[in-house]
Amino acid sequence: MDLNTIRAVARPTTRDELPVWTADAAWLAGGTWLFSEPQTHLTRLIDLTGLKWPALTVSETGLSIAATCTVAQLDALACPPEWTASPLINQCCRAFLASFKIWKTATVGGNICMSLPAGPMISLTAALDGVCTIWQAGGGERQIPVADFVTGDQRNVLAPGDLLRQIDIPLAALKRRSAFRQISLTPVGRSAALLIGGLDSDGGLALTVTASTARPVQFSFAGVPAAKDLRDAILQRIPDGLYHTDVHGKPMWRKAMTLRLAEEIRGELQAVPRVTP
Amino acid sequence: MSIEINGKSFPESPQPGQCLRTFLRELGHFGVKKGCDAGDCGACTVLLDGEPVHSCLIPAFRAAGHAVTTIEGLAPDDGIHPMQQAFLDAQGFQCGFCTSGMILTCASLNQAQRQDLSAALKGNICRCTGYRSIEDALNGKSNIEDADAGTAFGRSLPAPAGPHVVRGTERYTFDVALGGLLHVKMLRSPHPHARIISIDKTAALGVPGVHTVLTSEDAPDRLFSTARHEWDWMDPDDTKVLDTVVRFIGQKVAAVIADTEAAAEEGCRRLKVEYEILPDVIDPAAAIAADAPVLHGDKTKENRVANAARNIVAEIHGEFGDVAAALAQAAVTYQGTFTTQRVQHAALETHGGLAWVDADGILNVRSSTQVPFLTRRTLADLFDLPPDKVRVFCERVGGGFGGKQEMFVEDILALAALKTGRAVKFELTREEQFVATSTRHPMLVTVKAGADSDGKLTALQLDVLSNTGAYGNHAGPVLFHSVGESLGVYHCPNKKVDGIAAYTNTVPSGAFRGYGLPQTLIAVEAAIDELAKQLGISPFEMRRRNVVKSGDPMRSPPESKYHDVLYGSYGLDQCLDLVERAMAADTPTPDLSADWLTGDGIALTMIDTVPPAGHFADCSISLRGDGGFDLTVGTAEFGNGTSTVHRQIAASALATTVDRISLRQSDTAHGGHDTGAYGSAGIFVAGNATLAAADALADQLKQFAASMLGENPDACALDNHAAVCARRRTPYAMLAASAQSLGKVLSASGNSSGTPRSIAFNVQGFRVAVNKFTGELKILKSVQAADAGRVANPLQCRGQIEGGVAQSLGAALYEEMVIDERGRVINPRFRDYHLPSFADVPRTEVLFADTSDTLGPMGAKSMSESPYNPVAAALGNAIANATGIRFTATPFKPDRLWPALHEKFGSG
Repeated sequence: MDLNTIRAVARPTTRDELPVWTADAAWLAGGTWLFSEPQTHLTRLIDLTGLKWPALTVSETGLSIAATCTVAQLDALACPPEWTASPLINQCCRAFLASFKIWKTATVGGNICMSLPAGPMISLTAALDGVCTIWQAGGGERQIPVADFVTGDQRNVLAPGDLLRQIDIPLAALKRRSAFRQISLTPVGRSAALLIGGLDSDGGLALTVTASTARPVQFSFAGVPAAKDLRDAILQRIPDGLYHTDVHGKPMWRKAMTLRLAEEIRGELQAVPRVTP
Repeated sequence: MSIEINGKSFPESPQPGQCLRTFLRELGHFGVKKGCDAGDCGACTVLLDGEPVHSCLIPAFRAAGHAVTTIEGLAPDDGIHPMQQAFLDAQGFQCGFCTSGMILTCASLNQAQRQDLSAALKGNICRCTGYRSIEDALNGKSNIEDADAGTAFGRSLPAPAGPHVVRGTERYTFDVALGGLLHVKMLRSPHPHARIISIDKTAALGVPGVHTVLTSEDAPDRLFSTARHEWDWMDPDDTKVLDTVVRFIGQKVAAVIADTEAAAEEGCRRLKVEYEILPDVIDPAAAIAADAPVLHGDKTKENRVANAARNIVAEIHGEFGDVAAALAQAAVTYQGTFTTQRVQHAALETHGGLAWVDADGILNVRSSTQVPFLTRRTLADLFDLPPDKVRVFCERVGGGFGGKQEMFVEDILALAALKTGRAVKFELTREEQFVATSTRHPMLVTVKAGADSDGKLTALQLDVLSNTGAYGNHAGPVLFHSVGESLGVYHCPNKKVDGIAAYTNTVPSGAFRGYGLPQTLIAVEAAIDELAKQLGISPFEMRRRNVVKSGDPMRSPPESKYHDVLYGSYGLDQCLDLVERAMAADTPTPDLSADWLTGDGIALTMIDTVPPAGHFADCSISLRGDGGFDLTVGTAEFGNGTSTVHRQIAASALATTVDRISLRQSDTAHGGHDTGAYGSAGIFVAGNATLAAADALADQLKQFAASMLGENPDACALDNHAAVCARRRTPYAMLAASAQSLGKVLSASGNSSGTPRSIAFNVQGFRVAVNKFTGELKILKSVQAADAGRVANPLQCRGQIEGGVAQSLGAALYEEMVIDERGRVINPRFRDYHLPSFADVPRTEVLFADTSDTLGPMGAKSMSESPYNPVAAALGNAIANATGIRFTATPFKPDRLWPALHEKFGSG
């Protein structure tokens, strides 16, 4: 929709050109959320696309995703064959409530910074042990895991004027065997619970719970736990008050689905991997 | 840097915060539609460098240096893109408002996406079709037929607007460029109940571009109802154009008129309003309790408010026989209380319009309405204007579903145009649509029913509490209708009704497809099933033993004063048989784990083909010089398909083809009267008027031809665009030429007063699977049989049924306006109010009863609201059959089903 209070758009091309951030300004990446709701407190947009951050950088240490990388660019990435966790990328893209048309515009960083419980890029990058690099408003930068970046429903660690620069995914996480489960109140609707499990080469299991909880909750087990141990861990780590409530699912149902999907993931990853002849 | 649009370079620069959609429309590309303005519905889809995007989310400045293709540019000039042709062949549209975006999206899908339409089309909402015809378009299937002269009725002819709809050139309400247009924005109440003490306009008037601010001081000090009915006595006079008391969050407080929407919005923000907060009541049961805050204490029975002191706008009570005694003696009984939530029409075109005073001093209002004539009448009343000084009209309307049988914007448009003397535009946002127009009436319905050991109903009782919100538009008629046909369809010696419509400090309820019946049918049809289950009788057999048969009285208490509902035809027995056979037929079932429980359920509905107390239509038709005809009807087209059927009726009566009949419609300037396109009356009433006019003209043509040839008119017939008298053919064009040379005009008019009325029937069947551990639901089979009389246009009628099923599935499974404790709608956007998308709607097998109505035009009867009515009831019955649990509240979402399932089946 038209943002009729916007009077100027800054288009910096380097970090030095970033204007001083004020409360009436907003970073503009894809703009798919910004332009979807009235923003009458804003008078300025600071367009980040002119910074021309390389969308995706594959290296020996893993994958670096620019905050301005679009969902479609990420989805189209030709992943090295040893990235056994790579199906998660498309699975999480498809978990978007929005269609492929929005993926062309919406950005990975924008989805993480929105910090909605159902943000599928949060699910993806948290499950893959992603680390956020933040350009701090006062200069310099700092790193924080994605799972800690999001602190609640539409809440995160960014201070006013901070800018998410990129998310780095370590190679080890990309080489995990993964399992993905998602449920929604409607067939292709917004996630009410989205759980991702990953099995390390040393047998350790990482489980990331998103969408059902106000913020991501991660579990780490030395091996695949017994059903009861997994269940107990979830019951202990996720108090009832942490389950998210809104029109996309009632909290006690989300809790039950979290336990159910976690057990399905445990079952899938416990099964002996098929040996390729 | 310029933007290239459809191959042409535009040097214009957008505003800094402007989205691409409004920029494209400003430059005249009206095929780009505003549906949600938030990226959820896809109506604004365009191609950016060949890739489909939602133009409402794209900052316009980012299109600089890129190529944009809108629907107007998809095919070369005068050409047609294969996908546009496919949508024409399949008739993959009804109102057509989503079609531009749908076609551009479909045209850009790759093979993989075409195999996975559930995902590929989740960003395109169609509110009308139910998506089957859209899938047909993608599969290259043609659904249209041709018809020789005189044979159009009963054939699947395409909608006349189709070629314009698929090219994006059909004009909807806002698709006109008017010079010097001013824009209207409303300041709306942030309080559920308050008195406006003062409004300080100073700062608002200081905003550059703001022309004026309109408050209650500028508006007529008159009470009316936004509901539009033929007779004002049907609704309470409880509403003002701008009131000094606000009774729900979202009510109009003041209007700011400015050069731009931006200035008008800024003006609204600068208004300083002082409110005296009044106590509020949100819950309807609390509202009718003693000592509740009173919403309309200043209204009386003179205003047609039944009991203002108790917040009761309307009530109904009556009993036949003795229900209590019958229940005491019944072999089996059932009692249950059912709740239906608040849902929205969600027509993709929002309410709004344009208004101006022309050089002849006539106030013109172009609006998105189902009722131009009734709106004209009320505007004339409110503003003390002679009726001939007010013109209300619409071209194509982007969906209605009852929501536009109201006057929500035309009063403000008229006030603004009259005050400023300028052309004005007022277009509601999607959020305003949710918080400030109308919804379906939420109802709390208790049913008591009893039957004897033979399965004969002995007692049927309904207790209804309807929540009309802050105003009583449609409160009474919806309440009365809800307990009408739902009980009348069953033979039962003892029936009782108690109904109340209560005011609450919430967004008003209003007319909605089904008009109360869907809400009560959930309870009644559940009761029939529960009695059948206790008796061990099949749901089909139970209904056969109890439904009215042709000639039986159709009674519901209290006794109606209208006795003009007749059995023009009767096909309920066939509908039951058709659904029973279809449900029993072999259907491949998907592989489902043991976690899934399956079950079948049915429900039936009866509907009077016209609302009571008269529904009027005037039509006229004249022979043109070229041998074609000009047909003028008052009824509006919003995807209901009546434009197609009027031409079919006239072409059949006049032995010609539909392409030779030009239709003019829905404009008070054309003269005559038309009550409006509501109450399922579009074909039954206006169609009868068209038939009368066409038959009269046919007689004239025969007489004129006979007189020219000196033959007896009885020896003349019409055949293949000609009058044939004693084997001598006189083509219509020659008749026209002869008539003109004699100074004679060959034209006729016809009218209908909507009485006597007939009845139509629908039976819906579902097979569902419910996951007992997650609450997820799959629809494995959906069948609907309809008794539409002689079907005027099978493709369109099927579309109405499929669309009704889809819309009703939304209300049964997903849609819910959530109101907080202060009465605020917390989810006024499509991403939080889930409309059925392609993935959510099963294919419904549509079957027609073989009947022909003696009262409807050429044997046809209504089929527009009623397909919606039995859906939630049938689904509830199927879920009960699958799970053994009777769920009594819609929507049947997984998180609502889960607690009872969990209690019964555990965690798995």
